Amino acid sequence: MITEKIQKEIIDNFNMLDDDIEMSLNYLMELGEGLEPMDEDLRVDDNIIKGCQSKVWLTHTFVDDKLHFLGDSNTAITKGLLSLLISVFNNRTPEEILDSKLFFINETGLCRFIGTQRSNGLEAMENKFKLIALNALKNG
Amino acid sequence: MMSNFPISEVRRDFPILDTKINNNNLVYFDNAATTQKPQSVIDSLSNYYSSYNSNIHRGVHHLAEKATEEFESTRETAKSFINASSTNEIIFTRGATEGINLVASSYCKNFLNKGDEIIISEMEHHSNIVPWQMVAKENDLVIKTIKVTGIGELDIENFKSLLNEKTKFVSVVYISNTLGTINPVKELVKISKDAGAKVMVDGAQATSHKNVDVRDLNCDFFVFSAHKMYGPTGVGILYGKEEILDKMPPYMGGGEMIKDVSFEDTTYNALPYKFEAGTPNIGDVIGFKKAIEYLNTLGRENIYRYETEIRDHTWNELKKIDRIKLVGTSDSKIGIFSFYVEGFHYYDLGLFLDAKGIAIRTGHHCTQPLMDKMNLDGTARVSLAMYNTYEEIDYFIDELKKIISK
Ligand SMILES: Cc1ncc(COP(=O)(O)O)c(C=O)c1O
Repeated sequence: MITEKIQKEIIDNFNMLDDDIEMSLNYLMELGEGLEPMDEDLRVDDNIIKGCQSKVWLTHTFVDDKLHFLGDSNTAITKGLLSLLISVFNNRTPEEILDSKLFFINETGLCRFIGTQRSNGLEAMENKFKLIALNALKNG
Repeated sequence: MMSNFPISEVRRDFPILDTKINNNNLVYFDNAATTQKPQSVIDSLSNYYSSYNSNIHRGVHHLAEKATEEFESTRETAKSFINASSTNEIIFTRGATEGINLVASSYCKNFLNKGDEIIISEMEHHSNIVPWQMVAKENDLVIKTIKVTGIGELDIENFKSLLNEKTKFVSVVYISNTLGTINPVKELVKISKDAGAKVMVDGAQATSHKNVDVRDLNCDFFVFSAHKMYGPTGVGILYGKEEILDKMPPYMGGGEMIKDVSFEDTTYNALPYKFEAGTPNIGDVIGFKKAIEYLNTLGRENIYRYETEIRDHTWNELKKIDRIKLVGTSDSKIGIFSFYVEGFHYYDLGLFLDAKGIAIRTGHHCTQPLMDKMNLDGTARVSLAMYNTYEEIDYFIDELKKIISK
């Protein structure tokens, strides 16, 4: 499955960082900077993902049976994490999103770097993607 | 000017300071949240559990006798530590939070009437806000708040303007955990008393840094937590003037706090036990004594002098970095620095510093109303303790500069 392939690539990239926390943080920051920009007027409360410590916004469009995501965060590291999730889920069908299991977070050790207080936030982000996929499936 | 504070000896007494975090030496700058513990405190806990663990006050056997004696000797030591008049004025709690709740619930619920006013300040910790909101709601009391000035001091003129014949209670923080400001509590107590109000001082951030003399302050109540002064978590003290505590009803029921129980009626035990229902946190209370003794041996004047030196050093270095905006710049402050960096979120900063072994706190520090007032959603906070060094500060400043230039 394509989402698995992308996750494996993410894991390979993080493995090259040798568990170095600072390099991992720098890498996350870079990834965040590369995220497709989100317009200011989309960064509104309605698009906030609840349950994250920092502010995370997520919106989507649904075209040709594929979901396209735009996201942003007010903190650089969270934005990097979000960009990883977006890279896994972007331009997939709702079914693909719902069927995929996220394993890269554990296997990259990202949760170790990010800590327990924040992995709840990751879970909230993942749930939000799946919820959007579910709604897209229901409402067509 | 370096004082002759025995910093190397002090650091040797705190085993955790040798810890490596991500291959770096731990630099612990989160002391306002909780302090680390000296070996003597750690040993006393293990010694209690390995050689004389027993329930107190109710036994005739040897272990019960020994545990009771040690437990009560902490009360004696704490009494002298804050210069209370009697051990009847020293109530063991779980921490500052419980002390405040006890007074809000036992005193204010019973001695304040509908429409009476309670004054707190804009710089209070949530634990000195929420208990008042709870009693106020239940009993139709009014809460007023003393304004904080731009540099993070209490506005005394504003305070005076809030006082009137309905003001029955004032509860203010001695040292702000977010700003580091040392409030002029003696003056605040006097102003409150002149207006006929009872006063409580939240000393959670004060006792590890400054000498505290409750009789000199003349406050009616004073609360603090052991874990913020090198003692164990889960123990605190409520000091109250005996004549006031005497009149207050207990706020929890159970064992220890009673003299006679029948199903018709119960007579309460005397002070201080009437406020200590249930089996207390015996081991940690015993450990707390060692923390007080540790501070007494070093002397809080000496500690304060050294801490002021490292505070000044940190302050000078932070001021040199243009992008750092300090929040709380009163001259009357301890080594607590709240700041933000334009264009660099405090949360990212905390993660990058952690990668270098530096522990700071980020967020609202349980003072959300203060953050709102300052138009911030949070800050990065460095809070120093007596075991921190010039070297640690220089290392932090270097790393901070590198990180924010990313
Ligand atoms: C100023 C102040 N008051 C009260 C408290 C509450 O103390 P505890 O959580 O130990 O009850 C704290 C703890 O952060 C504090 O800093």
